[in-house]
Amino acid sequence: MIVADKKPIEEIIEYLKGKQNILILGCNECVTVCEAGGKKEVGVLASALRMYFQNQGEDVKIDEVTLERQCDHEYLEEIRDRVDQYDAVVSLACGVGVQFMAEKYHSTHIYPGVNTCFLGATEERGLWTERCQACGQCILATTGGICPVSRCAKRLLNGPCGGSTTGKCEVKKGDEEIDCGWQLIVDRLQALDRLDEYETLCPVKDWSTDRAGGPRKVIREDLKQ
Amino acid sequence: MRLQYPTNIKVVRVPCTGKVDVLYILHSFEKGADGVYLVGCLEGGCHYNSGNLKARKRVEQARKILDTIGIGGERVRMYNLSSSDGPLFAKYATEMDEKIREMGPNPIKLAKKKKAA
Repeated sequence: MIVADKKPIEEIIEYLKGKQNILILGCNECVTVCEAGGKKEVGVLASALRMYFQNQGEDVKIDEVTLERQCDHEYLEEIRDRVDQYDAVVSLACGVGVQFMAEKYHSTHIYPGVNTCFLGATEERGLWTERCQACGQCILATTGGICPVSRCAKRLLNGPCGGSTTGKCEVKKGDEEIDCGWQLIVDRLQALDRLDEYETLCPVKDWSTDRAGGPRKVIREDLKQ
Repeated sequence: MRLQYPTNIKVVRVPCTGKVDVLYILHSFEKGADGVYLVGCLEGGCHYNSGNLKARKRVEQARKILDTIGIGGERVRMYNLSSSDGPLFAKYATEMDEKIREMGPNPIKLAKKKKAA
């Protein structure tokens, strides 16, 4: 899923200064699971903002709506009849939802309420970790189900590099050590008795499907109408 | 025991402090509460294993939010006691009452009054 983190309330308050009618718009999908932009987070943010503006002596109306998704036309259509009454919408969806909202409703100011982080998994409540960089050419079949593009700091396809020591990467996140992605792959292949596959060189990857070529598209002629 | 505790405290009963959500706390302040405190079982003694620990986390979240918006995070507190400890319940109630009196009324109430005047 897409993992997002809450934006600091101070930052959102800055966006909203001088606005009178505000909609806090949540999303029932990924951001609900990572507890950043679901119905509950919409309620918490709306309540905090209401109290902030009341405390400032400002008369600000804040409404709450949570849509099934913000990345599909049909769900965004649900607010078409009311969106014009707001002079600001804070979307707690991922960056996709915020942009789709902004594309669809030109006359309303749309502000992001979360920081969209990565494609990841819920390891435990409160801990999400990156697993995929959406490179567009999946090679997990040859790497024991562990992705070197997202797990190796250098995105090496024939690793590990010389920076791997006792299973740890030379890159650190602050004081926290990172597992060497390629050590994980080798260990996994060994456990699966497939270590001979590690000997096979991975050819040059077609990176044209990665982000570097600009915004990407998936076109499915079999589905298009 | 005929213990006394301040009469301005409204007790809201929940099956476990784990039931208390951040929203409950925030909405209380929105509706004009001057302070909110949770009284849970002793840590390690929750009948549902971790309800009181979850409650403590939510109290921390609420405190952070209230500090950010200028209401004062100190207005929310978490207390733990054994269900048979009446004297401690009364002591915490008095302590909370004194703390909130020291801090004064909920600033939202004052802002609303000022606006109405």
